[in-house]
Amino acid sequence: MYTFSNRLKIGSFIAMGLGVIFLAIGFLSAPSTVEEAKAIVAAHDDGHGGGHGQEAVSHGGDQGHGESAAHGAEASHDEGHDASHDEHLLHQLQNKPWAALYVAAFFFFMIALGVLAFYAIQRAAQAGWSPLLFRVMEGITSYLVPGGIVVFVILVLSVMHMNHMFVWMDADVVAHDELLQGKAGYLNPTFFLVRAAIFLGGWIFYREYSRKLSLAQDESDDDSNFIKNFRWSAGFLVFYLVTESMMSWDWIMSLDPHWFSTLFGWYVFASMFVSGITVIAMVTIYLKSKGYLEQVNNSHIHDLAKFMFGISIFWTYLWFAQFMLIWYANIPEEVTYYVARFQDFKLPFFAMLVMNFVFPLLVLMNSDYKRVNWFVIMAGIVVLAGHYLDIFNMVMPATVGDQWYIGLPEIGGILFFGGLFVYWVFNTLTKAPLQPKRNPFIEESRHFHY
Amino acid sequence: MASKVIQALYHDDDVLMHAVKKVRAEHHHIEEVYTPFPVHGLDKAMGLADTRIAITSFMYGCLGLTVAIVMMNYIMIEDWPQDIGGKPSFSYLENMPAFVPIMFELTVFFAAHLMVITFYLRSKMWPFKKAENPDKRTTDDHFLMEIGVHDNEKELTDLLWETGAVEIKVTEKES
Repeated sequence: MYTFSNRLKIGSFIAMGLGVIFLAIGFLSAPSTVEEAKAIVAAHDDGHGGGHGQEAVSHGGDQGHGESAAHGAEASHDEGHDASHDEHLLHQLQNKPWAALYVAAFFFFMIALGVLAFYAIQRAAQAGWSPLLFRVMEGITSYLVPGGIVVFVILVLSVMHMNHMFVWMDADVVAHDELLQGKAGYLNPTFFLVRAAIFLGGWIFYREYSRKLSLAQDESDDDSNFIKNFRWSAGFLVFYLVTESMMSWDWIMSLDPHWFSTLFGWYVFASMFVSGITVIAMVTIYLKSKGYLEQVNNSHIHDLAKFMFGISIFWTYLWFAQFMLIWYANIPEEVTYYVARFQDFKLPFFAMLVMNFVFPLLVLMNSDYKRVNWFVIMAGIVVLAGHYLDIFNMVMPATVGDQWYIGLPEIGGILFFGGLFVYWVFNTLTKAPLQPKRNPFIEESRHFHY
Repeated sequence: MASKVIQALYHDDDVLMHAVKKVRAEHHHIEEVYTPFPVHGLDKAMGLADTRIAITSFMYGCLGLTVAIVMMNYIMIEDWPQDIGGKPSFSYLENMPAFVPIMFELTVFFAAHLMVITFYLRSKMWPFKKAENPDKRTTDDHFLMEIGVHDNEKELTDLLWETGAVEIKVTEKES
């Protein structure tokens, strides 16, 4: 049995506490009137001198953007231009702490969901190498419950107009936007929340039921629980592939309601899958360093690192497939998605590509390095940071536009949800023996050697 | 020069693995093992040095990438500038996304083909070469271990029978 070390527990509480403070500062310093918003931007520009020229350029990009009523009004260049622009700025600044909260909440939730998919694949494939790691995966997926609830609450608050992240939730915007009216049958607040509840309900149900069967298998004297788990996992994968895709349209793609990409679901999946596998590797190495999981050998770590490498390439493939078609097809309402990112998000956009592709490609290519624990941990930290930036780049351009920076609320979000994640995961790990006793493949896993 | 070798045949890869470990433990030099399929861990058990083909593969990949970049830069940027999707096309870097598929394919093409050719050269294989395989059954379901004999035929034969060989023969080998 694993005991939660006090240092880790205190560390996670400190992270949560700091995170709450930072987030609170973010929410309190958000402007509540147009004047305050203008003052914040003016102060920012003074501090940076030449910043204003750059702003003017990016506004030019905004006009082509046309993602909301405010933008649409902008393009007409009439008297209303300034007023609507200022209000848009206010909304962006008010969105900032919300978007920071949402990105971090979704990122850590997505890790648990990615691990759940990986776990279900191991179950459905009846993989022989991985049963020793099942308890670690079950520990990580336990975060689905708190993480899912937090994301759901943020979505409910968005529907209640506490923020302006999802412009299509604003009835005023829809009234002036024919494209959104056409999508209203699917993209309306009620159906949106119903879908979210179905997705989360299905995922959490599978997680809890599979965990129950997994623990029951240890105590039973036949393999019936194992077989049941296999069947449920195969069924879950079908449900997951459909719902995960729809979840990514609902929760992320609809932030830019005019824009769409047919492989977006896969793209988000690749991100969550590689982050999840990275966290499995990191938690496993941590537990091994504390003297637990003594049966796990470096071949298991090697396999996880191979997955990290492979799925990083897979992510790049999907990212590029999406980018190249949209970029060279050059259809205005599609290509603005990338114009906004090139103009206002240069640093996070290109940093993400380096961290998620070039770095893992070069660092994890050598077979021997995949067996070196500290190497896997260092690569994992970079990959996780890269995929945080990936989510950041998906959410921020539509919600805060060129007003982004990584400041207190963003770091606070990472600290809070990171702390909660660590606390929840390691607390669950103490609940059951770290090594499954009666999994039929446990012998094979123990002797796994490559 | 002809040398005398002893050839032991096995039915099973697990038995072969144990035999290889045992023969090595007795400090005999295994010249070669012929198997119908790759046996995991056999290279380590035989004490062979790690393959360096991965390094050549990486170098060939870099070569392919370079060829792709130089080629596309000449064709599409310098010799006859092309407008691709209405995007700025005055430098290679600005147009790079359009060339990624070509860069990728040529990297893979060079790495794969040159690696195979290197493997053939290094293994001294070329068209119409006479097969070195001492026993046809090793392409079907038998495993063959070959050990050089240095006036210790009796000792080796006993050892090999002990390790579970199904057939043993001593022959002269041209080399």
